[in-house]
Amino acid sequence: MAVGLTLIFGVMRVVNFAHGDMMVWGMYLAWVLSTRFGLDPYFGFVICAGVLFLVGVAVQRGLVDRILDAPHEMQILLMLGVALVLENSALMVFGPEPRRVRGVLRLSTIDVGPFIVDLARLVTFVVAVVLSVLLWAFLFKSDLGRTIRAAADNGYGALVIGTNVRRVYAVAFGIGAACVGAAGALVAPFLPFSPSAGLPASVTSFNIVIIGGMGSLPGAFFGGLLVSVAESLGAVFLRPSLKEVVSFSLLIVILLFRPAGLFGKRLS
Amino acid sequence: MTLPRVLLAAALAVLLVLPALPSLFGSYAVTVFTLIFFYGFLGQAWNIIGGYAGQLSAGHAAFVGVGAYAAAVLSQDAGLTPWIGMLVGGLLSAALGAVIGYLGFRFGLRGFYFVLLTVAFAELCRLVASNVDAIGGALGYYITFTGNPRHFQFQDSRAYYYIALGFMLLATGVVALIERRRFGMYLTAIREDESACEALGVDTFRVKLLAMVVSSFLTGMGGTFYAFYLFSLQPSTVFGIPLSVEIVIRPIVGGAGTLLGPIVGSFILSPLAELSRAYFAKGGWIGGHLVVYGLLLILVVLFLPQGAYPWLVKLGGGRFLGGGLRPPSDTSPQDGAGKAGARSGPS
Amino acid sequence: MSALLEVRSLSKSFGGLQAVKDLSFDVSEGEIVALIGPNGAGKTTVFALLSGFLEPDAGEIALRGRSIVGLKPHAICALGLARTFQIVRPFPHLSVLRNVMVGALARHPEPREAAARAEAVLVEVGLEARRAQAASGLTLAERKRLELARALATEPAVLLLDEVMAGLNAAETERIVELVLGINRRGVAIVLIEHVMRAVMSLSRRIVVINYGERIAEGVPDAVANDPRVIEAYLGDTAEG
Ligand SMILES: Nc1ncnc2c1ncn2[C@@H]1O[C@H](COP(=O)(O)OP(=O)(O)O)[C@@H](O)[C@H]1O
Ligand SMILES: [Mg+2]
Repeated sequence: MAVGLTLIFGVMRVVNFAHGDMMVWGMYLAWVLSTRFGLDPYFGFVICAGVLFLVGVAVQRGLVDRILDAPHEMQILLMLGVALVLENSALMVFGPEPRRVRGVLRLSTIDVGPFIVDLARLVTFVVAVVLSVLLWAFLFKSDLGRTIRAAADNGYGALVIGTNVRRVYAVAFGIGAACVGAAGALVAPFLPFSPSAGLPASVTSFNIVIIGGMGSLPGAFFGGLLVSVAESLGAVFLRPSLKEVVSFSLLIVILLFRPAGLFGKRLS
Repeated sequence: MTLPRVLLAAALAVLLVLPALPSLFGSYAVTVFTLIFFYGFLGQAWNIIGGYAGQLSAGHAAFVGVGAYAAAVLSQDAGLTPWIGMLVGGLLSAALGAVIGYLGFRFGLRGFYFVLLTVAFAELCRLVASNVDAIGGALGYYITFTGNPRHFQFQDSRAYYYIALGFMLLATGVVALIERRRFGMYLTAIREDESACEALGVDTFRVKLLAMVVSSFLTGMGGTFYAFYLFSLQPSTVFGIPLSVEIVIRPIVGGAGTLLGPIVGSFILSPLAELSRAYFAKGGWIGGHLVVYGLLLILVVLFLPQGAYPWLVKLGGGRFLGGGLRPPSDTSPQDGAGKAGARSGPS
Repeated sequence: MSALLEVRSLSKSFGGLQAVKDLSFDVSEGEIVALIGPNGAGKTTVFALLSGFLEPDAGEIALRGRSIVGLKPHAICALGLARTFQIVRPFPHLSVLRNVMVGALARHPEPREAAARAEAVLVEVGLEARRAQAASGLTLAERKRLELARALATEPAVLLLDEVMAGLNAAETERIVELVLGINRRGVAIVLIEHVMRAVMSLSRRIVVINYGERIAEGVPDAVANDPRVIEAYLGDTAEG
C-alpha cells in the first residue's frame, strides 16, 4: 500500500526532521485545494509539489546555506527549529482536529482476480511508483542528478571540482521537499491527518532511509517494504494505537544495527 | 578577564535578592519566577550531557515523565512521601538514562543519530504510559489535593517558588562542581573532539555515560516538582516532544556548556513563553509559542551560536573560551575534514 | 631483555586494500625509530593500529611484554603509548593550556596538579606565551607543537609522532628536532613518521622503511638511504610530501 510513498523517501536518501512536517503541509495544501477550489488531490499534488519545492529552496538558501561550514549539531538544531515552525504554524492555521480530503475516487473499488482493491490506494500507489522511478532516473541518469549525488557524498570534493555546490544543494533540498509534498497530497485521500502527524511520518522515513535507502531503487523498495510490513503487522497484532511503538522500536533497532553501507553517511 | 567574575558576582547578588522577592510580588510574578527557576533547573540538568558533553539529547522529557509518574504513583498508591519518591524517580530516570547512554555510546551513535535515539526512547515512554491503564493511560494520572507538605503539596504557592529556586541552585552547584573537576574538563574536551580525547587517555564512553546518568538523575528529580506543581500528568505532555524542546531551548539560547547559560536562557525564555502563550491563547491559536521557539532557535543558530551568556561576557569586553555549542570552526577545511570519523583517515 | 614495544606480523586491510602487511619491528627503551615510506604506504595506519584506533586483522602488539591488541585507545594511552595525529586535531575552542591539561589529567586527576604539569610541558615546547589563547587561533607550526605537547603531557613511555614537521619551514623544523631530541633524552622512546629526510637522518638511529604496507628495509640511516629497494620505492612514487 504505502510502499510507493516509502519508495520516494528511500530514493531521496537524505531526510531531516522537517520532512514529516513538510509532508503534513502537503496534505493541508491538498485539503485547501480540494475544499476551496474543488481540485482533486490527484491533480492537486502537482501544485503541492511545486509549492513545497519553493519552500525547500527557500529553507536551504535562506537558512542552511548560512551555516554550511558549522558543525553538524547546528544544522540539526536549525532543522529542529524549522520543524517546530512548520508543525505549529499548521496547528495555528488549521487547528488540531484530524482532517480528511475527499477525493473523487473515494469508495470506488475494482476487482483484481480474487482481491478487491481500493481504487484510491491503487492510484496513489501507481503515481508514487512512477514518481520514484522518475526521481531515480533523474538522480542516477541525468547530469544534474549525478552532481547532486556527488555533492551529497562529498560536498568538499564537489566544491573543488567547481560545481556550484550551494545551487545544487538548494535544488536537491527543493526536490526532497517537493517529493514529500506530493506524497502528502497523494495519501491525503485515505489517511486522516493532523499537524502532529509530522513526527511519525519523519520517523517512518528515517526507518526507510536508514534501513534500505542506499540510493538504489531496489534498496529503497526493500526498505520501504520492510518498514511498512512491520508497521502493519504491529497494527494488526497489537492495539492499533501501538503501531507507533513498532515504528519507534524499529527505529532504535535500526539505529543500533545500521546496515554497513550507511555507516557514517551524513543524515541531516 | 575579571569581567566574568563581575558577572558571576552580579549573578550571585541577584540570587541573594531572589529569596526576598515573593513578599513583594503578586501571585502572577511568583508563578513566572517559579517557572523560570524550574525550567532553569531542567536546562541546567540537560546542560551536563547536552551542553558540556555536546551530546544532543532531544528526549529529556522522558526523564521528567519517569520521575513524575514514579513520585506521583508512589505517593498516591503506596503512601510514600514524594520527598523520598523524588529520589526513587531520580534513580529510575538515571537507570533509563544509563540504558539510553549505554546503547547510544556503545554503538557509537553521534550527532543526528543520537538525537533520533533519544527522541525514539522518549516517544516509546509516552506510548507505554498512554497504554498502561494502571497509571491512567492516555487520560492521564491525577493527584488528589491534600495541601500537606509531607505530600509535596502547599497551600501557599510561594513554597513552590522556593523549592524551584532550590532545585535550580542545586543543579547549578552540581554543574559548578563538575566544571572544576577532571570530569567536567573531559566533558568539554569530548564535545570538541572525541577521538583526540581517546588518544589522550580519556575513557570517553565512561565519561559520557556518567554525564548521561547524572543529567537524567537530576531531571528525574525534577519530575516530582512537575507532578506536584501541576497535579496531573498527561503522557502526551510530560513525555512529549514539546517538553523536550522546552528543556533544550533554554540552555541553547542562553549558552550551552556554560554555567550560567541555562539560567540566562530561562530568564529570557520563560517569561517570553508565558507572554506568547497568553497572547496566542487569546487568539485561539494553540501552538503559537512553539512557532516562536522555532523561530528563536533558528535565529540563535544563525546569529548567536554560542548563546546569550558568552555574548554578554564578550559584550562587556571579557573573553570567553570553550562555551556554547561549537560555533563555525575557523580551522582550515583540511583539519575539519578529519573530524567526522572516529578513526584516523587516509593521509 | 625484550623490547619496550614489539610489533609482530601486523596486518590490516580496508576492503580489498592491504594497507599493512605482515609488518614486524621493535622499539627499545629510549630509542628513536623512524618509520618512512612513500605516501599511502600505510604508515599512519600502523600508528592507528598501535594506538588502538584500528584493530589489526592479524598480528601482535606488545608494550612492555603485555599484549595491547583489542584495547581501547584510552587504555593504551594509560599504559604509556601516546600518539599525535597527522592532521592535527586540537580542541579548537579550548585554551592552549586546557588542551594540554586534558592530556596531563591522564596521570594527574587533580586539576591543580594537571595544570602545573601542563604549564611545564608548554614551557618545554615553547607555547607558554600562548597559554590563554584559543587553540584555533594558533599557526600551523604552533598547532603541531600543541599536538605534540598534549601527547607528551600524558607522560608516555613511547611517543608516536606522525609528520609533526610536515609543512613547517626550516627554522621551525629545527626547533621541533631539538624538542624531540630533548624529550628523547629524558628516556621517552619515539617512533617518528617523517618525510623530511634531513630530520630523519639526524634524529633516528634506526629506520624502518615500508611500501605498500610491507617492510622493505630496516637499518641505520646510511645503509637504508643506499638500499636499492628504498631508492626504487621512492622513485616509483614521486608524489612525496
Ligand atoms: N580508514 C580507512 N579506510 C579505507 N582506506 C584507508 C583508511 N585509512 C587509510 N586507508 C588507505 O590505506 C593506505 C595507507 O594509508 P596511510 O596509512 O594513511 O598511508 P601513509 O600514512 O603512509 O601515507 C592508503 O591507500 C589509504 O587510502
Ligand atoms: Mg600518513
